[in-house]
Parts: sequence; C-alpha cells; structure tokens
Amino acid sequence: MVAQQPLRVVRCGGSTLSGARAAFSADAKYLLCASGDYVKVYSTATEECVHVLQGHTNLVTGIQLNPQNHMQLYSCSLDGTIKLWDFTDGILIKTFVVGYKLFAFYTLAGSEDSVFTIIPKKNEDSLDSFQLVSVKLPKTPDQEVEAKELSLILDDIGQSPKCTAFGREGEYVASVRGLHLLVCFFKKKRVNRFPLSATSRKGTNNYFTCVACHPKEDCIASGHKDGKIRLWRNFNHKREYTFSTLHWHHDVVMDLAFSVEGTSLLSGGVESVLVQWRDGSDCKKEFLPRLGSTIEYISASPDGTFYCTSHTENKITIIHSNLRVSAVIQGLVKGSDVKTGLVVDPRTKALVLNGKPGHLQFYCLQTDKQLYNLDIVQQEYIHQVGLNQVDLVKAAFSARGSWLATVEQREEKETELELQMKLWNYDEQTQSFTLNTRINMPHEDHVTALCFRDTDELEDGTPTLVTAGKDGRFKVWVLVDDSDSEKQSMGWSCDFVGSYHNYPATNCCFSEDGSLLAVSFEETVTVWNSDTWDLICTFCHPPGKIQNLCFGRLSCSKYLLGTTDNGFLCCWNLLSCALEWSAQLNVMVLQPDPLSENIAAVSRLLEGSDLFVFKPNEPKPFCIQRNVCRERIQWAVFIPRDVPESIGSEKHQWLSRSQLYFLTGTQDLLTFSTKSTEERLTPSSKQLAVEESLPMTPFYLLLGKHRHQQQSKENADLGTAVVQSHLAQDSPAIKELLHTPAHVLPSASFLCSIFINSMLISKENKSAREAVDEVEMDSEKAEDESDEDLELTEMEQDINPTEFLGEITQTKLSKSQEKQLRKIRRMDYSWVAAL
Amino acid sequence: MASYKPVVVQSFPKLGKKITQDTLYWKNYKTPVQIKEFGAVNKIDFSPISPHNYAVTASSRIHIYGRYSQEPIKTFSRFKDAAYCATYRDDGKLLVAGSEEGVIRLFDIHGRTALRQYDGHTKAVHVADFLSDKYRIISGADDYTLKLWDIPSATEIVSYSEHTDYVRCGCTSKLNTDLFVTGSYDHTVKVFDVRTEKSVMTVEHGQPVESVLLFPSGGLLVSAGGRYVKVWDILRGGQLLVSLKNHHKTVTCLCLSSSGQRLLSGSLDRHVKVYSTTSYKVVHSFGYAASILSLALAPEDETIVVGMTNGVLNVRHRKHEESRERFPKKKLPGYRTFVKGRNYMPKQEDFFVSKPVRSHLKKYDKLLKSFQVSKALDVVLEARNRTPEITVAVMRELNRRGTLKNALAGRDERQLSILLAFLIRYVVEPRFAPMLIKVAEMIIDIYLPVVGQSAVVDKQFLRLQEIIEKEIDYQAELLEVLGMMDALFATMTRKKATSLEENKTNGILRVLEQTTSN
Repeated sequence: MVAQQPLRVVRCGGSTLSGARAAFSADAKYLLCASGDYVKVYSTATEECVHVLQGHTNLVTGIQLNPQNHMQLYSCSLDGTIKLWDFTDGILIKTFVVGYKLFAFYTLAGSEDSVFTIIPKKNEDSLDSFQLVSVKLPKTPDQEVEAKELSLILDDIGQSPKCTAFGREGEYVASVRGLHLLVCFFKKKRVNRFPLSATSRKGTNNYFTCVACHPKEDCIASGHKDGKIRLWRNFNHKREYTFSTLHWHHDVVMDLAFSVEGTSLLSGGVESVLVQWRDGSDCKKEFLPRLGSTIEYISASPDGTFYCTSHTENKITIIHSNLRVSAVIQGLVKGSDVKTGLVVDPRTKALVLNGKPGHLQFYCLQTDKQLYNLDIVQQEYIHQVGLNQVDLVKAAFSARGSWLATVEQREEKETELELQMKLWNYDEQTQSFTLNTRINMPHEDHVTALCFRDTDELEDGTPTLVTAGKDGRFKVWVLVDDSDSEKQSMGWSCDFVGSYHNYPATNCCFSEDGSLLAVSFEETVTVWNSDTWDLICTFCHPPGKIQNLCFGRLSCSKYLLGTTDNGFLCCWNLLSCALEWSAQLNVMVLQPDPLSENIAAVSRLLEGSDLFVFKPNEPKPFCIQRNVCRERIQWAVFIPRDVPESIGSEKHQWLSRSQLYFLTGTQDLLTFSTKSTEERLTPSSKQLAVEESLPMTPFYLLLGKHRHQQQSKENADLGTAVVQSHLAQDSPAIKELLHTPAHVLPSASFLCSIFINSMLISKENKSAREAVDEVEMDSEKAEDESDEDLELTEMEQDINPTEFLGEITQTKLSKSQEKQLRKIRRMDYSWVAAL
Repeated sequence: MASYKPVVVQSFPKLGKKITQDTLYWKNYKTPVQIKEFGAVNKIDFSPISPHNYAVTASSRIHIYGRYSQEPIKTFSRFKDAAYCATYRDDGKLLVAGSEEGVIRLFDIHGRTALRQYDGHTKAVHVADFLSDKYRIISGADDYTLKLWDIPSATEIVSYSEHTDYVRCGCTSKLNTDLFVTGSYDHTVKVFDVRTEKSVMTVEHGQPVESVLLFPSGGLLVSAGGRYVKVWDILRGGQLLVSLKNHHKTVTCLCLSSSGQRLLSGSLDRHVKVYSTTSYKVVHSFGYAASILSLALAPEDETIVVGMTNGVLNVRHRKHEESRERFPKKKLPGYRTFVKGRNYMPKQEDFFVSKPVRSHLKKYDKLLKSFQVSKALDVVLEARNRTPEITVAVMRELNRRGTLKNALAGRDERQLSILLAFLIRYVVEPRFAPMLIKVAEMIIDIYLPVVGQSAVVDKQFLRLQEIIEKEIDYQAELLEVLGMMDALFATMTRKKATSLEENKTNGILRVLEQTTSN
C-alpha cells in the first residue's frame, strides 16, 4: 500500500531555453544551455537532450567552459553559487558559494584561479547598479567551498551579460551602459570612458545594447538601440579613438558575436535575421533570414564549425558556419497570450496551443518535446514592432482528430475586423493537416466559441461544427460533397443560423451523444435539437452572464453545467428542465474529463486559485485543492493517459485515467503529481541512445563499433541489467558471425555448417543457450584480464584451424567452440584500433 | 528556417454556372442558321446514311436539306393538307410520312411522287415509322388505332385499337424487328409486339404523351408529356426509373446524342435541355426564340436542328478545331544533354540526393520579399485588371505590413490614373469593397493637396464620387426591400416557422451584408 501522498503541483514544459548565452563544448559535439534552474546538455548532431545538470536553486544566469579543462563547465546562478560540472557525465564537481546574486559569468584562459562575475552593488539596494568583480576560487578538495575573495574591477555597469565582454587574451574588459563605453585595461589599471551623444543629427537613438570584443585584434563591436553597430579601434587612447559604423538592422541590435578567428561578426535582433559581416565592412554581409523570432543571444563554437542563436520563442537554432541551419532545439513556445486555450489532439494526445505567431504547436507532454508546428495563417511574418498581426484565436478538433477548425482574426480598429475560419483535414498519407475550406468572415463579429459534434464519424456521415459569435448568431457548418463529374471535393458550408433575441452568443457545446446543442446568449442558455435545429428549452436563472458551459458525461449526461460571472456554478437537469443545484463559486475555468463524469472547476478568490473536482450528480466536490498557484489560471485541460496510473489514495483516484494540466497567467504549464520528487526522476540512459544515433561515417564503422562494444561491456560489468538482456536475446553464434570482420574469419564454407547447426532447434540447444549465457558472463569477467592474455589467445587461434576442421563433423556446437569464436571477435580489434 | 511565404490570393466562389466538360462540348457550335418554313415544324429526321441529309416536315411539305445547304435539295409537296412525321428508312432510301387526311405515303428519296399509298386510317396520321426489318410500316392515327402495313403489297397486316385517345408518337426498336412503342394522349405508353394480338406492356405516364424514345440497347424507354420526362426500365417490367421535371411547359420532343450518353429534350418553354443518362441531371441547356416542336441531332452530334412553332428551323453546326499549330511546339532540349543519366536505375544501397525544389515566386512576391512595396503594387496594377483578386490581395498584404500608405504615395499622373481606374471599376464589388474603400480613403488623404493640377485625375475622382453615390442609393433601396420582406415574413410566422424564418432572412441578410459593406 502506497502511503498517502499529497497532491503536488509540478511544472512541466520546461523553462525557457534562452535564459543565457548558450555554450558549445570544445569539439562542438554538445551544446550547453541554461534552462531555468538547470543546465541542459544537448547533442548538436541529434538535437537530443543528453543530460540535465540539476543543482542550482535559482535561475542560471551564465555558463562558460572551464578554460583549463574543456570537459568541465562553470555555471553561475542567482542563488549565489558558482558550480563546476563534468558535463559529459552530468556530475557536479564543486560548488563555490559567493553569497551574492550573480548576474553574469566570465572566465579567462590567462587567469587560472579567478573568474569574473557581475553582482549587485554592495550596501545599495538600488536595483540598477551593478559591478564587475573577480572571484578567486580557492583550491580546496571540498565539495562545497566558500569563495569570499572578491576584488572590484568595474563599477556601475549594466546587469546584462551582453553588456560586458573581455578582450583579446584578457587584456582588457569592455562594458557598456546607457551612452557610455567603458574599457578597462588590466595591465595599466586604467579605465577609458567613451561617451556618445544621446541622439545624433538624424534623431537616432544611440543607446548601447550589447558589446563584443574581437578575439585577435584590438577591436570592440557595440550594438545600439537604433540598429547600428559600431566598431571601435584605437581605444587605448583617450582622444584618438576611431569607430566605424555598420548599419543594417532597423531595430535594436540584440546580440553580437565574433567568430573564433574574428574574421566575421554576427549580429541579430528583432528582425530574426542573422547577419554575418565579413572583415567588418559594410558591404560584405550575408544573411540568414526567417529564423522565427527575435534573436536573444548568439554564440560561436570554439572549433568554428557552428554558431547558435537563442530565440525568444524558447528555441535554439544551431547554424553551420556556412549559414545553413543544421539543427533546431525547440521547447514549448511560450510567447504571447494563449488565446486558443489548451486543446488535445485526439490522434497524438498532444497538447495543442498557440505557438509561434500564426502557428499552432503540437506539444508532446510525455517526451516534453514539440512534435510539430502547423502554419495556420500562412503569411509571411513581418517582424516589426507595433504591427497588427493576425492572431490565431480559436482551435478545435473533431472527436477522432480528423478535422481541425481554426479561427484567426486581425483587428485594426474597432470597426475593422478581419476574420477567417479554416477547416483542416488530416491527411493519412502525409500525416499532417491540409487546408480544406477557408471561410471569410464566418461571423460579423468576434467568434466566441466553436465546437464539433462528437459523433462517431464512421457511423454518422456528416461532421458538424458550430460557431458562436458576438454578432448574436450561432452557425452550424456541415461537410458537404460538392464534387462534380470531374473532380472529387468536399467542403464545409453553412447549414443553419440560429439566434436568440439578438443577444451575443458566448458559448456553445454539444452533449456527449451529439443530440443536443447548448448555446449561451449572455444570460440565457438555450438548448437545441441538433437534428432539426429546433429550440427545445431555455435556462436563465439565476441571472448573470454565462461564462462557461458544459454537459455532464456518461452517467451524468442529463446535466448541463454553467458558470456565471457573478459567481455561481449552476447545474440544470435536462430531463426536468429545472435547476438541480447551484453553488456560489467564482469559477474561472470549467473543464470536463472526457473519460469520466468528473468535472474540474478552478475558482479564483482574492489570492490564489482553488481547484474543485466534482460529479454533476452531487453538488459536494470530492476533491478540493486549495491554493494551487498564486497566479490566475487561464486554461485547464484533461489529457487522457496512455496507461491508467495506479494511484493509491482514494481521494486522488480521479487522476488515474487522465491528467489535468493548466496554464497560468504567466504562461506556466502546471500539472498535478501524486508521486514524490525522487520517483519522477527516472534514471536516464540516454547517453547511449545518443551515441547510437550519431551518423554512421566510414570511420565510425571502422573504429566506433569497437569503442561501442567496449562500452557496452563496461556497462555489463557494472551490472546493468538492460544491456545484458539485450545481448542474450540474439543467438550468440549469429552475433559472433556478424560482428567479426570478414578478413579474420575462416572461410565461409567452413563456418557455414557451424552457423546452420547453431540455428537448429534441438533439445540440447536450450541448455546450450543457457550455457552460452553463462559463457558470456564468464567471458565478460575474463575481460578484465590483461592484454597479454589476449595475445595468447590470438596465438591459440592461429593454431586452431586443424581443430576446427576436425570438429565439422560434430553436429553440436561445443562450449569451447563458442569460446573460440568469441575470442576471434575480441582479439582482432586490438590491432585495428592501433592503426 | 522557413522559406518565404507568398501572398495568399483569396479565391472567391465563382458566380454563375460552373464550366464543365459538357458546357464546353455543347457550346462548341457555330452561330445558328435560321431557315424559314411554311408552318410549324413537326418533325425532323436525319438520314442514317452519309451525307446525312435531313427531312423536315412542316405544313403540307417535306423538305430535304443537305448538310450545309440553306435551300431544300428536294421537296415532296403532294399533300392536300398537312404532312406529318416524315421518317427515313434504315438504308436512307425510302421515306414514309403521315398526313392530315389519313393517308400514309411512301416516297423514294430520288423520286417525286409517292411509291405507295396506305389508306385505312380515318383520321390524321401523326406517326409513321419503319420496323427494323425494313418491310413493314407502323402507323398511329387520331382515330385511336395503330396499324401495321406491308410495304410492297400496301396491305394492312394487323390493327390495334388499344389506345383510348389520339396516338401522337411512336418509335420502333432497332434491335428487335417486331417491337415498337407508341405514346398516346390517353396518358399511356404501350409496347407492342407484332407477333401478338395485344400490347405486351403498358406504362402510365400521367400526362398526354408527346414523344417516346427507345434507348439503342432497347432496355430503357423515355417518354415525354406534360412537363415531365420519364425514364422506364423495360427489362424490369416497365418500372419508373426516374422522372425529370426540368421544363416549365410541355415537353414536345426527345432525342439522344450519338454517344448515347446524353438525352436532349425540347419544350414549349423554348429550351432544349441536355441530361446525362447516368445521373439524369441537366448538364446543359440551350435557349431558343420560340416554342420548340421538334429536335434532331446529326450523327456524331455534328448538327443540332430545332424546329419551332413559328416555322423557323434553327440549324447549328459544330465548330471544328482548326489545327492548333499556331503556337509551334516548344523545342525540347537535345536528347544527349537532357536525358543523360535519366535511365539510371538507383540501386538499393544508393543514396538518392534529390534536387532542391526551387519555388518560383511571382514577380510581386519577389518584390514584396525584398520589401519593394511601391514596385510590387505597380506590377499588379499593370496587369490590365485581368486579375483584380491578385491586386486586392497585394493591397491587403501591404496593409497588413503597414506599408500601404507608402506604396500609394508618390505617384505621378499616369500611375495615379491607373490606380483610380482600378478603383472605379472594382470599388463597388462586394468581395473587394472593404479593402478598396480603405485604399480610396488613403488616396484621397494623400492626393488631396494636388487635386486640380491634372484634368485626367480630377475627372476620375469625380467619376469615383458618382459611382459611390449611386451605390449608396442602391443600398438604401435594398434596405427598403428588406424591410418589406421582413414584414411579410413576420406575418407568416407560425409555430414551426422560427428556424425557417431565420434561415431565409439570413440568406437575404447575407446579400445585404455584402452590399452594405460597400
């Protein structure tokens, strides 16, 4: 019996990936990026997350490779610690406690035991004054070390890590703030300050936004608010400094980065175009346009093969140095307001919500990965501040997921509203949605709700969609066959228009069997027969504008629930056409579980949201969860689980078949978990998976396999059950045959009979199989023996053929033969690897 | 990285009839030739053998016309009163015709006088036809009887008097030498076998039958009478297959297209309708100047001849495609250079590197991609107004990008007048109106200071004003009509009418929506 676990609220969907500048490992195989409190290690080739480095207790603000050891990584966080990690194994090596909030982190190859960080100014509580300090890292063997030796380098600088950069070989540090560029020379201990006038003649905005230093020359590049980039030279003189200007961006330059050799400068901004300036000249520039959204950070890999850009839409793009996108790491897009709400794709069980502007994102909650983006608006996105973009406001799936309806709108002024409803059909062949019908202005005013009739699409031929609009109408759309003699085509067209005293329609929903349609018009709920579209009855007490509406399910399908804006939750009985019960509850979200009678209601009081789960047939909720989160909960959805989870506690049984997810006002996706923290963390053996999925190059074929085998053996030594069972699955003889290189094998005719014999099913074979397993264990133990032993077996093998010949007549594979075959495999690699 | 997304050109549902394969086929006729006859044309029959002359029975004459002749090649005029139903025999050598005085005459098409006369009917003979064995004639008359005649001996073989009213139509089976069908004003169609004494089948049409037709397979029978065309399945014992009611006056004649795929019916409502014989839907319709009495199609549908009550014969000849070699075929690249490697079959282990597909952008898309907004607008305006939806789509796109004003500004007299001409032409069209009104407002804002400098532009501004004023008046009138109709519907409201009313008013509202948005 599992102990009663409290219901915990857990965050899912991960944090934003663009919290800090990402770093590449020395060989550019891994990409390290800060994600909330974690540091994530991604493989650049497969886009797979290899490790998650957990340990910080607050936002990670900076990550840098240890210049002394390229397999180690420093990270700093707002929790006041610097941590040193071994990122290939995902192990925390050391923690340095600094004690201040750390906002940025820099290391230098030259200074071995000190690192640089930005901390808020001492003694002062003012929010916007920061200083750059160097921290001496004590060399003690302890796991956790206090690092208290701070020395001030620059005072009064910007907080952002982009505003400070270290120059060639750490000789100087440049920092920008407001209209000033500060350059501090370490050797001369001098600070040069270069001011710019606030606006130039043309009325442009000269504020600095970011800075980068040339790795080989004395050159500083600075980005400005008006989109200009200035290249500063000769800045060790206070007066005779020079700068040249590069101008392409039309808006703020968000980040700058030099390539490793310094031959090219990369810049990015709101336009989401990566610009590569060659040799610092204005005319030699190359572009990589349409990267999706604003570029936040740019970084270059130490070996010069990759760049990467972090975007605001929770995305990292890895770009080849010839400006071709090589990989995209995409998290849950948490952009603007989620207007579509949380929708479940019945086909993939993925969570569907607004993604990139004009896109619908399909997000797989199990793997925590974005499945794909569906471009709904299909228009070129213009990155410009203040432009009125087309918004995707509504989305709904039919019961089986074969139809998707979306509504997009663009509102220029009060009077000018552009509405478009699109209906998408799921194409089995291409495995994606294709546009079927486009309807301009389905309503004259905003569409407030849309829903499909949940009939079995196989039985009942006509899929039906209902939209409700503020223009006081609800419209019924049906799929009609408008094919003629030449081409087959299906399209949606309006079947019925209903209204009720011209009140704006606010909600609509179908009953579970699709026979009834409920539409709310301001304060009134109307129920319609969905076959004849006759008005059956209306409910309107107690007064109050209806905000949510849903039918009960399964055994409670005779109930209709609605919530009003004056804080009532009402339940009407459809058989008696009377109010069954009502409760005073300020419900924000009302969400039925598709698999049970349960209905979740989220109410909001002054502070904090409460969750109530109840069945419509009794007004008393069976689960109350107070203070789920502090922010307003905007949307909630039940997502069916693939496998029903066994939940010990009777009280939380409602979570066993589907899981409740909800989205707060700050765009955090939360869910409930009954498991404790430890249980949730599953041991990941992903490393292996990543290695396996690396591209097969000829070189890998030659050597990689050898390494892989060694690795798996090591794993086996460690006793990983998984690997062993995998090995035991195949017949060892087959494996032997396939894994030994052809040129060291005896001739095929010689091996053939042994091979075939090994495949025969005989009574002895079973025991032999077991024996083989044993042998394998033995051999693995024997693995630990020295190399000399291996050579010895090699000698043996050379002598052996005669023995082999003698044994052909034997029908059964003896243990010794097995062993010898195994030895053949093992020994040959020693010299191949040596090559 | 996504590629550039071209401008979405909204497609609007086409108003009017859809263009189908059928419309193209049936429209492919030359302008009709009109020939004046002496009276109403009651029968047209094409000779089954080449050169497919046709016999036209009108008043007391039978005219034989050649394919392209407008004058009759030959005339049979030995009738004292009206002649009826001149019909060719299968070999095209003999012609039989009934007459008002009740005599049936047989002509050799090369002779002048009748070869034989068949007396026996007491009243006008409206139907006469050869059985497919070529030696017998059937006839039907207003004395309610049918008679079968032996051609050489001119004797009556058998007489049927089953009909109870005038017999006005009939036809013989092409497959069976003994079978024929007659239709009568007693609302019945009867199938006779000359080997038996009585009719073998009777179907009830419901109206006086004006025309009957057997399908070449002999399995289906078509009857026309009243406003209905009915198709009967003979093989299933005369079951009604389909009843067509597409004319609004009596259907007088029927005819099959040469392929047997289309059925044509002519009616007093001055229309010929073409039905598909698979779906029995009207696929095309011809309009004529007067009520149609007779209709015939030449083999291969080369000619449609329609005879009308006012004695006009309307002849349409099929257009023949002139050799389409006006545009010489594009020369294909040389075999050597182009086909090299084409026939290489990839082996299993080969990696197939597909060529990157280059998307071809339209000119305006190219310009929009590089943010050249004014040029993009110029390009779509230069398109001679052939594709207004593209022009409006580009304007919409510019508006979305917030650069419409920039694109409209800074135009010289010529460019501005092109723009204004476009506005004048399309501003009142409901599908473009919202966008074009906005454009018009912007143009007025931008070019207000320069009004009066160019006579051309000023004139166009005035014209625009005029059009918009007219449209506003029109809208007001429409609103009045709507008010009246609402009042009408309100009086009609019954218990069940709620949904109906909403549906209907919506239809009207939608028309109004489009127009009010102007």
